[in-house]
Amino acid sequence: MSTNQPLLQVNQLGVQFKTNDGLVYAVNGLNFELGRGETLGIVGESGSGKSQTVLAMMGLLAKNGTATGEVLYKGQNLLNMSTHEINKIRGDRVSMIFQDPMTSLNPYLTVERQMTEVLELHKNMTRKAAKMRAIELLEAVKIPEAARRISMYPHEFSGGMRQRVMIAMALLCEPEVLVADEPTTALDVTVQAQILALLRDLQRDFGTAIIMITHDLGVVAGICDKVMVMYGGRMMEYAKSDDLFYRPTHPYTIGLLGALPRLDSDAAELVSIPGNPPNMNNLPKGCPFSERCTHVMPHCASDLPPLVEIPGGEGRWRACHKAIADIQVNVAGEVQHA
Amino acid sequence: MPDSNIILSVKSLKVHFKVKDAKGWPWTPAKTLKAVDGVSFDLRAGETLGVVGESGCGKSTLARGVLNLIHPTEGEVVWLGQRMDSKDAVAWQHARKDMQMIFQDPLASLNPRMTIGQIIAEPLRVHYPELSMTQVMEKVRAVMKEVGLTEQQINRYPHEFSGGQCQRIGIARALILEPKLIICDEPVSALDVSIQAQIVNLLKDLQKRKGLALIFIAHDLAVVKHISDRILVMYLGKEMELAEKHALYDKPSHPYTRALLSAIPIPDPQLEKHKVIQLLQGDLPSPINPPSGCVFRTRCPQAASVCAEKLPDLKVVTEDTQSSCLFS
Amino acid sequence: MTKKNAALVEVLQTSVEAQIAGRSLWKDARIRFFRNKAAVISLVVLTLVALACAFGPMVLPHSYEDTDWNAMGIGPSFHDWHLFGTDELGRDLLVRTLIGGRISLVIGLLATIASVSVGIVWGATAGFIGGKVDSVMMRVVDMLYAIPYLLIAILMVTIFGRNFSLVVLTISIFSWMDMARVVRGQTLSIKSKEFIEAARAIGVPTWRIIFQHVVPNLLGIVVIYTTVTVPGVILTESVLSFLGLGVQEPMTSWGVLIEDGTNVMAATPWMILFPGAALSITLYCANYIGDGLRDALDPKDR
Repeated sequence: MSTNQPLLQVNQLGVQFKTNDGLVYAVNGLNFELGRGETLGIVGESGSGKSQTVLAMMGLLAKNGTATGEVLYKGQNLLNMSTHEINKIRGDRVSMIFQDPMTSLNPYLTVERQMTEVLELHKNMTRKAAKMRAIELLEAVKIPEAARRISMYPHEFSGGMRQRVMIAMALLCEPEVLVADEPTTALDVTVQAQILALLRDLQRDFGTAIIMITHDLGVVAGICDKVMVMYGGRMMEYAKSDDLFYRPTHPYTIGLLGALPRLDSDAAELVSIPGNPPNMNNLPKGCPFSERCTHVMPHCASDLPPLVEIPGGEGRWRACHKAIADIQVNVAGEVQHA
Repeated sequence: MPDSNIILSVKSLKVHFKVKDAKGWPWTPAKTLKAVDGVSFDLRAGETLGVVGESGCGKSTLARGVLNLIHPTEGEVVWLGQRMDSKDAVAWQHARKDMQMIFQDPLASLNPRMTIGQIIAEPLRVHYPELSMTQVMEKVRAVMKEVGLTEQQINRYPHEFSGGQCQRIGIARALILEPKLIICDEPVSALDVSIQAQIVNLLKDLQKRKGLALIFIAHDLAVVKHISDRILVMYLGKEMELAEKHALYDKPSHPYTRALLSAIPIPDPQLEKHKVIQLLQGDLPSPINPPSGCVFRTRCPQAASVCAEKLPDLKVVTEDTQSSCLFS
Repeated sequence: MTKKNAALVEVLQTSVEAQIAGRSLWKDARIRFFRNKAAVISLVVLTLVALACAFGPMVLPHSYEDTDWNAMGIGPSFHDWHLFGTDELGRDLLVRTLIGGRISLVIGLLATIASVSVGIVWGATAGFIGGKVDSVMMRVVDMLYAIPYLLIAILMVTIFGRNFSLVVLTISIFSWMDMARVVRGQTLSIKSKEFIEAARAIGVPTWRIIFQHVVPNLLGIVVIYTTVTVPGVILTESVLSFLGLGVQEPMTSWGVLIEDGTNVMAATPWMILFPGAALSITLYCANYIGDGLRDALDPKDR
């Protein structure tokens, strides 16, 4: 771990939405940091607030949403910045890729125009130099015949190729942080494997830090150094990826791992988590997971478990009333019988 | 040798669509899209056949062709020993009592203007109009209990439920006629992991108790492995491999199956970070203009020149495995 | 504080009970509609206007065709209850506006009913059957769009003379195409929904699919478009009347009144002011109600 300032530091981030049914707290009290070249996975199911977290960081929340707390990029708080200031950072130092490439590609402009525009804007490059650079990047994301394909429109690419184009666009200004919101969810597994391999290579070559939002623990296992598990807008557990997978300490993490069908095991029955996804309009006062938790105790629904660092856990955090020793019994063996 | 346990047998089923070329003149002849191109398999009572493949491989069209929701272009569907004519509406109406379907989008497959009770009761009212209201309601309540819904929910509407609950409603609707076969078209791919496990467990449990046969369509090989006895791998409308589950996962014989298996992320950091993935080159070819010979040859690491000439058929490789690769 | 909490608990409890009873989409929409202040106010105002038009002339002391020889062309005054004033023939403008409103609203209602029914049947048929039938039916709609309706209206008035039913007929003939297009589009989109496929997989017969699954899902959009059609139709009536193609004197409508008013705008401005205001208020209200209904019923909002 580097001793100097982390690249990105998030303190007590919260997101609220004004709706017809009153204020909805989508994200609450989030703390984490991201160092240079690191990969952080944010895992959660629908309603966990994982996407809202990064949208808030990027200043891209919907109109009825507000963000509280602070998001420090090299010590500057992104949440306090004017649109002008944040635009300088967004797309240049911090860029984002989405689940559906078509949301961020303009269907009426060629890929060339869209890529060169970014470079002309942020880097003051000439059109010609920008085009050279854009082709270079398209080649870096392994698009065959990049020089010819650059003049095509987004819809002329296949789904996987489109995702590559978007990654190339996100990398144009050599950002320090790449935020990827479910970048492979809409893709087939073989294409997903290609894109993940690509992200790994790019990270090695460019040293970009990545925040990877996903619901797929398999994706996290392959690419992330650290993992944050979210549920009902709160952080449940935060750990190095090996620790999380081999020694989970939170009932929700354990549940998620058990619920996952695996190629490398022959479990007769998946250990499902009972109940339904959280209703954000009507969360329990205490732990959001208490309604579905198999380890639930009487005070779990009323008292919010604080997020605490585990002593000697090497930067590992968890939010649960139950002692680790009472939960972890058997589980490591059960999950890991590969 | 005919197997008396076989309830459904599909013989070289083809579903072709005519597609108009947008650039052509109105009188330009339409092109043919071969969504399903000669698929054959047998299904035994109480068995689960998994169908996997990537988007555009024709797995959903196969389901609809088997159920005659889309009329097959060629080929045969033999249901309970009887050859089904796709134009014979009466025979199909009768057969539908025993073959049901579950859909991918749980909410979209439920009519938003009907209550849960009405939705689940509909198959009964169509096929057994002589039943009284109380008899119908009794059955609806019983089947709701079976899939884990509570009785109080009977008068509520689909939009008041979460995705997992909607899928339970869909399953209840499919179960109420006590069918012999349920075709599940990606029933869990729209659901969260924790809910997915609930639904998979429910389906497995119901199958065990009722002796249901399932055709389980999915793109997720891990889920399919969990629930299936045999697995059919499709690519561009053709069968690549049809094998018993363990044979397929332990010794995949078709190169496409191997690539597919290696691409699935394993939730284990050490295994996942160090495994070797067989990355497929290039993109899926267009089903309007598929490659000659073996359709997989353009992306196959083992492709040779014969692959472009010979059209491989599914052949028996081992006792448990049939593959359509010339080299297996 | 505790009182507030108790109230909250009560609200929560009632909402829980309501949920068990099931909240249909219609009920949901009603709740959403009544949350929309502009729409609710418009609904109240429009109801008041309609009631006034229906019963006002019976209550008021004047008749719409009788001349008050003591008050010809006077402005609004409380004298003798000429609240809106009189026209140059001494007829009470308030009563005439209300009577005109009757005609305008009734024409609006009848023509809307006619055009909506034709539109639904035409559009739904085209959508259900699809294929060549659909193409032919929709080309007919396209052709009707291309005909300038004013020309036909003038032609019909010259041939058959001015009367009430002719106006309704003319307007109906030229206002059902929008509805037909919308209904056809909606039918097509419903036809491709998964729950229709689910019904087919179950073995539900076609007629039952239509009445159980398609029609109930069409109603929302039909309601929305009906509220949009009403003001359009009222406006068309006014245009026809304004051009002298509407109802016959001394019978009147808002369009006729406005036309009369424009001729003497400089001398007796109230003659255009009051009928014009009545028409505008009605149109505004109808549009706001339409907006409210769209917000309440639009599935995208959910």
